[in-house]
Amino acid sequence: MINLTTLQSLAPHALLLLAPEVLLAAMAMLVLTFGVFRPKSMRSVYRITALTLILAIIALLLPLRLPLGDFTLFNGAIIMDDFARYMKCLILVAALAAIFMARDYLERTQLQRFEYPVLILLATLGMCLMVSAGDLISMYLALELQGLCLYVLAAFKRDSLRSSEAGLKYFVLGALSSGILLFGCSLLYGFAGSTGFEDLAGAAGTMPENLGLLFGLVFVLAGLAFKCSAVPFHMWTPDVYEGAPTPVTAFLAGAAKLAAVALIVRFLADGFLPAATQWQQIIIALAVASMVLGAFAAIGQKNIKRLMAYSAIGHIGYMLAALVTATFEGVAGILLYLALYLTMNIGIFSAVLMMQKQDSQVENISEFAGLHERNPLLAFMLAILLFSLAGVPPLAGFFAKFYVFLAVVEAGLYPLAIIGVLASVVAAFYYLRIVKIMYFDAPAEPIQQTSGFGLKFLLVVAGVINLAFFAYPAALLIPSQLGAASLIAP
Amino acid sequence: MNFATISIEHYLAVAAMLFTIGVFGVFLHRKNLIIILMAIELILLAANLNLIAFATHNGDLVGQIFALLVLTVAAAEAAVGLAILTVFFRNRGSIDVERVNIMKG
Repeated sequence: MINLTTLQSLAPHALLLLAPEVLLAAMAMLVLTFGVFRPKSMRSVYRITALTLILAIIALLLPLRLPLGDFTLFNGAIIMDDFARYMKCLILVAALAAIFMARDYLERTQLQRFEYPVLILLATLGMCLMVSAGDLISMYLALELQGLCLYVLAAFKRDSLRSSEAGLKYFVLGALSSGILLFGCSLLYGFAGSTGFEDLAGAAGTMPENLGLLFGLVFVLAGLAFKCSAVPFHMWTPDVYEGAPTPVTAFLAGAAKLAAVALIVRFLADGFLPAATQWQQIIIALAVASMVLGAFAAIGQKNIKRLMAYSAIGHIGYMLAALVTATFEGVAGILLYLALYLTMNIGIFSAVLMMQKQDSQVENISEFAGLHERNPLLAFMLAILLFSLAGVPPLAGFFAKFYVFLAVVEAGLYPLAIIGVLASVVAAFYYLRIVKIMYFDAPAEPIQQTSGFGLKFLLVVAGVINLAFFAYPAALLIPSQLGAASLIAP
Repeated sequence: MNFATISIEHYLAVAAMLFTIGVFGVFLHRKNLIIILMAIELILLAANLNLIAFATHNGDLVGQIFALLVLTVAAAEAAVGLAILTVFFRNRGSIDVERVNIMKG
């Protein structure tokens, strides 16, 4: 079945196309060795890691000059198409931001250990493989690679009870979800007779009668919904976001979420498009529950990280609503949404990391009172990002929601679009409440701003992207449409 | 006794039972965290049993390769899980499920 000679002739070509992943894997080992022998030179470890991620982005974008195309590598285990390239680019940017955010924070909290960059590199490698998985085996292995690194990262502040509890909760529920997903994979393999997504698509036509396949699909979807924290599989999200160290929370909210959503899109679009009517009902239920819970549960939150967790659940709901359409427009909407959501996340978590009070981070929303008098730039940028999250035109968040709901309406799913718009109106309340506290409430204790240049840079860049997106939307629109076109033909 | 009557359905039924016991073990167990880790292991083993049974039934090797990879991942998962559990025990002084409750809401 497997032709060894074609495999050998393909190998160098395949490794070239996988250059970013090879680079990440090799550098993770190198940084690990370097850290063991030179435990004191933290700065250079961070520099090497940042450089690796930048090189990986370059390696990813270089083949753009060659004729673009979809490549299937290693007998279908890895798919390298425009969708994978787009998502990998976003994930690598998110990882780079996580490294920049962590440097000052880890120094301040005496957490400077070389394991942090190593774990970030390995988790990024897992995510990159997740978005180009074309086979149940590579999907499961990539998912576990990023998962195991993220559990450890969540418990990284190991002297803190909150952090270790976050790590423990994340581990137990993450491992359970992987188990459910794996059980589903075993059923899919058995009833479809193959692990490749293409063969699954071939078998998916027999879906309503083939009950085993349907069961497998439901189990796998439950596992994937856990990973992207869609209601009713969201219980871990608020606790893990709150307990984990803030740069790790930013990484979880950015890169990990991106990879999970991308995987669910890839799995359904590549593997189960012929059976769309079967999974659409499941995704509708997940989307509606996520949008509603994300809107209402965040209202009473006092901790900004916890609030961002519920906000993330809501945003996942909007993206899943676009996935229900199973059309080119829907997937393009999701891809645009993911990119813009990433910028908002990076900006907000940079702002949170910048605020300090006598050796402790400011995480309580009530402590933001009067922020604009003391730190006008910080307050202004944070306000822009919050307006963007709420979806106020002409900021980027509005366009993200616009394209998603446009796709939903064009597919004729009017009730879903109406619920989504209503949920985003309710959600706007708690974003605007933070703006009100920053601008109109009497100043509380002064907040010191950290002097680090990296955080300020990230915050300003994120704010400017959200402000200026409407002036030149093609910069993200065209890549997102190219990416979507490689999954579902327009 | 005729062993040839053990068919794929029997294997699937056993695997489904193991899986159910595992899931119930995670959700209903309220005492010791180590038991939860064991329940998770049980879920992975149920999936493995399925994979092996299907591989034999379909005459396809991929399932067996998948099962071997799952075994490796399960070992790594147990290592990471126990490490996090140790860190938690050091901070909390207990591995009672009821006491994993600092954060709520």
